[in-house]
Amino acid sequence: MELILFYVFAVTVVGGGIGVVASRNPVASLMFMVVSLASVAGIYVLLEAHFLAAIQVMVYAGAIMVLFLFVIMLLNLGHDYRDDLVRGLYAVCAFVVSGAICGILATRFGGAETSPLYESFPGAAAMDLELAERGAVSLIARPLFQEYVVPFEITGILLLVAVVGAVALAKKRV
Amino acid sequence: MNELSPTAFLIAAAVKVLAVFTALMVAIMYATWAERRLSAFIQDRLGPNRVGPFGLLQPIADGLKNIIKEETDPATASRFFFVLGPMLSIMPALVTFAVIPFAAPLPTPWGAVDMIVADLPVGVLYILAIGSLGVYGIFLGGWSSNNKYALLGGLRASAQMVSYEVGLGLSLIPVMMLAGNVTLTRMVADQQLGLWYILPLSLGFLLFLISAFAETNRLPFDMPEAESELVTGYHTEYSSMKFSMFFIAEYAHVITASALMATLFLGGWDIPFWSGDNFIPYEGGLISGFTAAGDPIPAQLSIWTTLLTLGAFMLKTAFFVVLYIWVRWTLPRFRYDQVMHLGWKVMLPTALAYVMLVGATILVLDQLGVSGGPGFALALTGVSLVATAMFALYLDRGRIITGAAPAGRAARPAPAAHP
Repeated sequence: MELILFYVFAVTVVGGGIGVVASRNPVASLMFMVVSLASVAGIYVLLEAHFLAAIQVMVYAGAIMVLFLFVIMLLNLGHDYRDDLVRGLYAVCAFVVSGAICGILATRFGGAETSPLYESFPGAAAMDLELAERGAVSLIARPLFQEYVVPFEITGILLLVAVVGAVALAKKRV
Repeated sequence: MNELSPTAFLIAAAVKVLAVFTALMVAIMYATWAERRLSAFIQDRLGPNRVGPFGLLQPIADGLKNIIKEETDPATASRFFFVLGPMLSIMPALVTFAVIPFAAPLPTPWGAVDMIVADLPVGVLYILAIGSLGVYGIFLGGWSSNNKYALLGGLRASAQMVSYEVGLGLSLIPVMMLAGNVTLTRMVADQQLGLWYILPLSLGFLLFLISAFAETNRLPFDMPEAESELVTGYHTEYSSMKFSMFFIAEYAHVITASALMATLFLGGWDIPFWSGDNFIPYEGGLISGFTAAGDPIPAQLSIWTTLLTLGAFMLKTAFFVVLYIWVRWTLPRFRYDQVMHLGWKVMLPTALAYVMLVGATILVLDQLGVSGGPGFALALTGVSLVATAMFALYLDRGRIITGAAPAGRAARPAPAAHP
């Protein structure tokens, strides 16, 4: 059952990805991307990573793609993208590079099944216990807000700087 | 009570999905009827009262009419997305209901069946995730119609829903902090033992209520439709059953939001002042509370408690549905810039400050050695009431609570009396 579901989601992830690059219409591309991202969330659920799945849908499919939608709508509505597509040498280069990346990934992760990280992890039993007791959210929150609180907050400041920078850049043009 | 076997679990899940879907659809039908009747009463009319007793069969007549009506198909619309729009808008409203517990566990010969479609470990986060997908249906409907009013409606809808999602998510953080968990079953259990969250988290409730109104696109936040400006906004080009689908989606959203408010802030299926309906998960079993000595009391499940708690849940949900209708026919529509102002400059900072306030209060009380019990709840209630009062007075700025006319008159000096 899980295997069937995995293949369903895997096909929609890859199919969505192909749809993003293959469709001519930017809104169609965007919807394909939403399908792809939501299917990744489905794979997370199969891995029992419910929290990651919820965050994946909330942040990527829900928030970021809606912002993409805004950008497409407000900036480029009705623009024909056919001229933007590159052909010739560029296309050949793109095929070579993506083929090489595929090859590297296949030689690294293909073949014999690598054992999951989780089983060799020393604190796995304690983690299982805490997971049952407090749920996944608090299990993720604890290291984030205790051991790694400084890097976590610095990431927050980085995002804040980016937001302020974006506002400053946008203001200049108005 | 023994656990369900895997086969029994699957059958129970299928039955629950069917039952909840059917119940939700019937509830949507009667929500439209209630809306039309109540709006009529508010406007001193009678409303639909011809079809069946009190007009109770009116929704069926409406449905039939919508199915057999001729469907216009705009020539310049992009066909695929035009059909996809209504489907995508109805889906999120329906699947959110899956994580809402609607009654006490039902005892069956095969074990206790939880009265919730899917008790997900990420409860509230699932609701937020699905809620963030709700915008695509309306947006695609507006965009694919290839009509300027529909497009404007779709744009407004997406801007508004994105803005208020922030407030919605932030107003839920105090609830999660207080419950110490994100699953809705745990939240209901926590509220059964203590106070309903509407008291210790009154400002959170107010913020959630406002955001939920905006998320469902109901008046005073019905910018995407705004009949007086945009014809009917995103569904201008839709007719017959596709148009009806958008309406079903709206009422499904209203009912789901009402059920959520009932669950998060009014104790869910809890019947107040009665401990017979307490089923707290504790060490693998269900208990109804603790004796004075601290020993757990095993819970007694019965079909009557399940029915009673289901009734309590439906009553609370119906209360919020009526509130939605009442507000719709009482308040005028916001201007678009006012909606954005309220969302980003009022709701967002208030929600953030409230998260800090509740967090700080819980921390201080923890440090003082109070972490639970009546003292904890009362302290939080007091703090929240002060915050709510400040928020209400700021929003009001001497307009509603004090009353517009007397305040204006009092400010001016009284005219000198002529002899």
